[in-house]
Amino acid sequence: MGTTGLFGRGLFKAATGAVSTLILSAAMSASAFAEDTKEILGQPTDKAMGWQLPGSALKVKTENFYDFGLFPLITFICLLVLVLLAWIVIRYNKKANPVPAKFSHNTLIEIVWTVVPVLILVVVAIYSLSLLRDYNDMPKPDVVVKATGNQWFWTYDYPELGVTDIESRLREDAKDLKTAKAAGIPYLLEVDNVLVVPVNRVVHVQTTAADVIHSFTVPAFGFKIDAVPGRLNNTWFKADKVGTYYGQCSELCGKDHAYMPIEIKVVSDAEFDAFIIKQGGKTRAMLASEATASAAAAEEAAASAAVTASAEASASAAAPAADAATPATASASAAPAVTPASAAVAP
Amino acid sequence: MSSTATSHDHADADHDHKPGFLDRWVFTTNHKDIGTLYLLFAIFAGIVGGAFSGLIRWELFEPGLQVFAKGSMLDSMGIFDLSNPDHAKHAYNSIVTAHAVIMIFFMVMPAMIGGFGNWFVPIMIGSPDMAFPRLNNISFWMLIASWILLCTSIFTPSGPGGEHGFAGGWTMYPPMSSHIGSPGPAMDLVILSFHLAGASSILGAINFITTIFNMRAPGMTLHRMPLFAWSVLVTAFLLLLSLPVLAGAITMLLTDRNFGTAFFDPTGGGDPIMFQHLFWFFGHPEVYILILPGFGIISHIVSTFSKKPVFGYLAMAYAMVAIGFVGFIVWAHHMYTVGLSFDLRAYFVLATMVIAVPTGVKVFSWIATMWGGSIEFKTPMLWAIGFIFLFTVGGVTGVVLSNAAVDYSLQDTYYVVAHFHYVLSLGAVFSIFAGFYYWFEKMYGVKYNEFLGNLHFWIMFVGVNLIFFPQHFLGLQGMPRRYVDYPTGFTYWNQMSSIGYAITIVGVIVFLVMFVEALIVRRKGVANPWGEGATTLEWTLSSPPPYHQFSELPVIKDEDEHH
Repeated sequence: MGTTGLFGRGLFKAATGAVSTLILSAAMSASAFAEDTKEILGQPTDKAMGWQLPGSALKVKTENFYDFGLFPLITFICLLVLVLLAWIVIRYNKKANPVPAKFSHNTLIEIVWTVVPVLILVVVAIYSLSLLRDYNDMPKPDVVVKATGNQWFWTYDYPELGVTDIESRLREDAKDLKTAKAAGIPYLLEVDNVLVVPVNRVVHVQTTAADVIHSFTVPAFGFKIDAVPGRLNNTWFKADKVGTYYGQCSELCGKDHAYMPIEIKVVSDAEFDAFIIKQGGKTRAMLASEATASAAAAEEAAASAAVTASAEASASAAAPAADAATPATASASAAPAVTPASAAVAP
Repeated sequence: MSSTATSHDHADADHDHKPGFLDRWVFTTNHKDIGTLYLLFAIFAGIVGGAFSGLIRWELFEPGLQVFAKGSMLDSMGIFDLSNPDHAKHAYNSIVTAHAVIMIFFMVMPAMIGGFGNWFVPIMIGSPDMAFPRLNNISFWMLIASWILLCTSIFTPSGPGGEHGFAGGWTMYPPMSSHIGSPGPAMDLVILSFHLAGASSILGAINFITTIFNMRAPGMTLHRMPLFAWSVLVTAFLLLLSLPVLAGAITMLLTDRNFGTAFFDPTGGGDPIMFQHLFWFFGHPEVYILILPGFGIISHIVSTFSKKPVFGYLAMAYAMVAIGFVGFIVWAHHMYTVGLSFDLRAYFVLATMVIAVPTGVKVFSWIATMWGGSIEFKTPMLWAIGFIFLFTVGGVTGVVLSNAAVDYSLQDTYYVVAHFHYVLSLGAVFSIFAGFYYWFEKMYGVKYNEFLGNLHFWIMFVGVNLIFFPQHFLGLQGMPRRYVDYPTGFTYWNQMSSIGYAITIVGVIVFLVMFVEALIVRRKGVANPWGEGATTLEWTLSSPPPYHQFSELPVIKDEDEHH
C-alpha cells in the first residue's frame, strides 16, 4: 500500500472532525460541571474535576498553561489514538478485511510521527521553561517566612521581623468529622496557629526540617518546596486575594503525615503589622525607622569622632552602623519593587 | 515458517524424560520450569499486593479512620498491629510501602522477565536453554528469600513507638528510613530484602545478556531477532547498570543505620538528597524495566492477530534502546521540589520530554501494524488494544508532569499516582495478561476459555479505569499521596475509585476461575492456535514444548519472518 493509501485523505478529515467534536463537547460539559459546583477558595471542593481556585497570578499562569495548553494537547493525542483504534476495529477486522496487507515500512509516515512530536515538544518546552523562570527568579521580598517541618507540625518564623517559633498544629476539633462540622471548620485542615502574610506582597518561603523530610505546599498558590534537614530551600508567592488557604504536608513523614496541614491567612498590611506586633516582633516600618535613627546616630557619632579622635577610630565606629543599616534599606526599598515584578508575572 | 524447526518434535520426544518432583521444581535448571515457577510466584505475589491495595482503597472509601483503627474488621482478623491509633496509622503506611515493593519486585518483574523472559527468550532465539541454567535456578530462589525477608519486615518493630513494618514508602528516603524515622529492625530487613532481589535480578540480567549474545540459532542475527527478545535484552542492560547503584545506596543506608556512618545524615556532614539522586538513578530505569518487556509482548500480539509483520521493526527495536538510554539521564524529574538549581531543573524538563518521542514512535507503529490487517479480536488482542490506549493516557500525563512548573502543583499528589498506575497497573499489568493469554496454550498445552478471557478483560478494563481516572481529579485538587485520611473535599472521587477497586476484584476472580477451569477441563492445545500471523519460533514447537527443545538448532533464513 502506498503513502496516500495508508492514511487516506478522507479518513483524516473524518478523524479530525470527530476529534474536534469530542473535544468541544467535553469542554462544554466540563464548564457546565464547574458552574454546578460551588468552588471554595483555598481548599479542595468535592466532586471538582479541575484545579483548586487560584490564589496568585503565578498559579493562574500555571493553570492556564495546563487548561489551555497541555490539557487540550493530551486530550487530542488520546482521542487521536482512540479514533484510530476505533477505525481499525471497524475497518480492519477479519470480516471487513479478509486479506491482510503486507506492508511493514513507510519512511514518510515514520519521519512525520517522529518530527511532529519533536516540534510540539519544542513549543511546550519553550513555554514551560519561561514559566519555570517565573518560579525561579524570585522578586525582592516584602516578607520572609521560614517554615520548619517537624514530626508532625510546622514551626513558623519571621526571621527579619523578630517573630520566632510559632508552632502550628492541627486543631483538636479538626481531627474528628463531627466536631469539625460542629465548629464549622474544614476537617483535617484547620490549625491552631496560622501563618499570616500580607496580601499583594511578595512572600519568600524558606523551608527546612528538624527530623525527617517534609514538604511545604499550598495548592492555590502553586508552590511546593521540600523541607529537608540540613538544607534551607526557597520559594515565593504573592497572594492576590485576602482569605484563608490550606495545604497539606506532601512528603511521607511518618504516621501523622496526613495530620500536619498548612494554613495561610492572607490579610491587609495593617492587620499583618498588628499580628507581628502582637507576636512581639517589629513591623517593617518600625525596623526602617529604627534603622534610619541608628544610621543618623552613627553618622553623628562618626562626625563627633572625626573631630575628637583619629581617622582610624572613626572608621571602626561607622562600620557596624553601616552593616545594621543595610537590611533595613533593602526591605524599605522592596515595597516599590513589587509593582514591576507583578506586572511581569501577570498573563 | 521454517520447516527445519518443526522437524524437532519427534527428535526431542526421545529426551523428553522429566525428573521427579524435587529435582524438577526445586533444583530445576530448565528455563521453562523456572519460567513457570516465576509466573506462579508472580500470581501469588500479585494477589497479596492486590489485597494490600484493597486495604488502601477500603480505608480511603470515606474520610475518617474506619479500617486502620482499633476494633475494625481488619483489627479483628489480627494480622496487623492496630492496637492503638498510632500503630494503626503506621500500619497503613507500611501497607502502602509493601504494596509498592510487592507489585514492582515480586509481581511485575518476576512475571515479565523471570516468567515470560525465561520461557520465551531462549525459544525465540532458537536456543535449547539459557546460557547459565544453574544461575537461573539461584536467581529464582534468591527472590523467594528476598520475599521472606520483606514479609518478615512487615511484622517486625520499626517505628519509634514500636510500630510494626517499615512505613517510609518504596522510595525509602532517609531520614525517614534512617535511625531517626525508623529505628527498629524492620528497615534493615527491607534493605537486605532489596539486596537479595537486586542480586537475583543482576544474575538474571547477566544470564539474559549472555544468552542473547551467544546462543542465537544460526542465521538469527540481532536484526532478525524477535522484538520480545530485544525488549528483554534492553531490560537486562538497564538492570545490570542500575541495580548496583541501588545496592550501593541502600548499603550506605545500612551503615548509616548500624555502623555510625553519616552518608545521608546532615548532622555528620552527609546529605539526604544524595540518597534521592542515587535512588532515582536506579528508580527511573526501574520503571522502564517494568514496561519494556510489555512493549515486546504487545508487538508480537498486535502482529499475530493482524496477520501482518510488525510495522517498522528496526525503529521499534531502536526506540526501545533509545528509551532505555534516555531513561538513565532523566532521574531528577522525580526531584523538582527538593531544591535543585534552575539549570538542573531545566535540563531534566527537556531530557524527560525527549522520552515522549520514541514512545510515540512505538504507539504509532503498533497502530500502523494493525492498519490494513485482518484482525481477530481474541482475548490477547483485546488486552493489547487496551494496553495501547491506556498506556497512551498514562504517557501523556507523564508529559504534563515533566513540566517542572506544573509539577510544583502536582508532585506527590494523586495525579502522579494516577499517571504511574496508568503506565504500570494498566500498562504493564495489561501487557502481562495479554502475554499470559497469548502464550497460555503454548506453556500449558491446554486452551483457555475464550468467553472467560473476554469477560476478564472487560470487567478489569472498566474496574481499573474507574479506580485510576478519578485520581487525576483528586491530584488537580491537591490531594497528597500516601495519606491515610483526607479532607471531606476529596470524598466523592475517592469513593468512585474504591468502587472501581471492587469491580476489579471481580475481574481478578474471573481470571482465577479461567485459570482453574482451563486446568480442570484440559482442552488439548495445538502447536499454533493463532494461524499464519504467529511467526516466531515458539509456534513451531508443540504445545507444551518438549522438555528440551532445539537439540538440533533451527536455521533462520532471510525470508523467514521470525520477528
